[in-house]
Amino acid sequence: MQQFLLRRLLRAIIVIWGISTIVFVVMRLSGDPVTLLLPPDATQADYARISHELGLDQPMWVQYGIFISNMTHLDFGQSIHLRQPAFQVAMERLPATIELATAAFLLAVIVAIPVGVLAAMKPYSFWDNVAMFFALIGQSAPTFFLGIMLILGLSLHLGLFPTGGRGDLSYLVLPAITLGANAMASIARLTRSAMLEVIRKDYIRTARSKGLGERLILFRHAFKNAAIPVVTIMGIQLGGLLGGAVVTETVFSWPGIGRLAINSIYNRDYAVVQATVFMTAILFVFINFAVDLVYGFLDPRIRYS
Amino acid sequence: MEIVAGRTRSRGSSAKSIARIRSIPVTILVCAIVVVGFVLMALLADQIAPYDPLKQSLHYRLQPPYWLSDGIEEGQPLYFFGSDQLGRDVLSRIVHGSRISLLVAFAAVTFGGVFGSLLGLLAGYFGKAFDEVIMTVADIQLAFPFILLAIAVIAVLGPSLANLIILIGISGWVTYARIARAEVLGVKEKEFVESIRCLGGNSWRIMFRHILPNILSPLIVVGTLDLARTIILESTLSFLGLGIQPPTPSWGGMLGEGRGYLDSAWWIATFPGLFLMTVTLSVSRIGDWLRDVLDPTMKGA
Repeated sequence: MQQFLLRRLLRAIIVIWGISTIVFVVMRLSGDPVTLLLPPDATQADYARISHELGLDQPMWVQYGIFISNMTHLDFGQSIHLRQPAFQVAMERLPATIELATAAFLLAVIVAIPVGVLAAMKPYSFWDNVAMFFALIGQSAPTFFLGIMLILGLSLHLGLFPTGGRGDLSYLVLPAITLGANAMASIARLTRSAMLEVIRKDYIRTARSKGLGERLILFRHAFKNAAIPVVTIMGIQLGGLLGGAVVTETVFSWPGIGRLAINSIYNRDYAVVQATVFMTAILFVFINFAVDLVYGFLDPRIRYS
Repeated sequence: MEIVAGRTRSRGSSAKSIARIRSIPVTILVCAIVVVGFVLMALLADQIAPYDPLKQSLHYRLQPPYWLSDGIEEGQPLYFFGSDQLGRDVLSRIVHGSRISLLVAFAAVTFGGVFGSLLGLLAGYFGKAFDEVIMTVADIQLAFPFILLAIAVIAVLGPSLANLIILIGISGWVTYARIARAEVLGVKEKEFVESIRCLGGNSWRIMFRHILPNILSPLIVVGTLDLARTIILESTLSFLGLGIQPPTPSWGGMLGEGRGYLDSAWWIATFPGLFLMTVTLSVSRIGDWLRDVLDPTMKGA
């Protein structure tokens, strides 16, 4: 167990190092950052001074060392636009994204699992077909289109929810549905097929012949065994929500880290782009790590080797 | 002799596959018609589009679809899906926008597919350190939401068609590499490979002439499913303003522009979105079906 944790931790560090290196390379591809910072009438002396301050007159490998060391101190430089440390700017937006992602994930799980289980109870029945049709749509509808359609129908036409922004619970509903739809569809489909697989097994027949109630069999005996693949896909989907948040936050003007990233690109605020990318990477790695641990509890057969 | 045996084996299984394809379900047929329509629309865009997709008309801005409006002015163009904020015909822009979707999808899938399959082939065939490095890089990429990387790269390099194709292509290589690698591991120990090696065939010849044809069908399945993902990714980036730049019409870009006019002109965003969804849904249905037919072992993968 301990060895497993250590190896996972090592892997997480390699991933974060890999991402930082890519960010470094990409940022250096962008050309000369000094000219971006200087006014057009700056002198040669100004140029040399700024280069020196930013350490850009050093050899490349020294710059890389400084960059990595700054990363470990969570120092991403100043936001040009907001005149604050970039890390702080990104950190302020993090709670909004976590709130949105959590709501979307909970919504997806709460809806998808019962739907999947019930659909598997009577496969190819009318309600099964209806549920799976919606799941198919949910899986293939692009996030931004779904969001726009929800705004059009439920906000503008029926006036049920606000069109965007962050506030009380009513602001959260549409973004959470939009962000969660894809995960909801995948989880429902997988739950259904995992349940269909399990339901054919002998121990279910045994449970039936013992005269146990159908509901008890379904949730106690069948679902418990079908849960492992479902948890796997839930873990994958949870990570995917972070990527989807960029789009959803843009559609609903949700003040999270994804929207910050997009706005920072428009403002050419590279320090903030860097900070948001880095922060999301850490969050993502952390989620994967947590999901791996959860497996161990759910399925004792998984050996940590 | 053994070589012949290896070849016949693969031919035999493909004959069986063709027999299975013959019984095509109706839904798949409908999806296929949608996809063919989509390709034709892109190829014949100039002939199909009723108006110039870039021609603006300040007088006829934000006009609803003509079959929904109460009366049409004398001389007003017939906008089937209405007109946008600059008075451009939405239908014509959708028709021309399909070109971008098709072009980016095929170019990116080809690029990512060839690149990923090649790396997977090499990793599976040579194994050892080579395998280790390639698969670790794959893991790193999967451990990160790709759209953020795309954002960082585009923020710096600027949006262009070439950047878009390369980025989207790279976003997909891992799947091909993993599948190719796993398939190679299965095939390379087979007798026919062994015997070619005994006959003195070199590694490259074995890999490309003998192993590759045997692992092609799962790769084609992955490619089909990847097409849908690619179309969505391109339109998402264009929607965010990081993909195809205006005035060039693209479905994602049209949704992005139409977003600001939802309460006054819902048709600008709705119709391109419906086209986008229909096409991606059809492509992924065909992909799912191909997977089940050509490669039953991958079911549910």
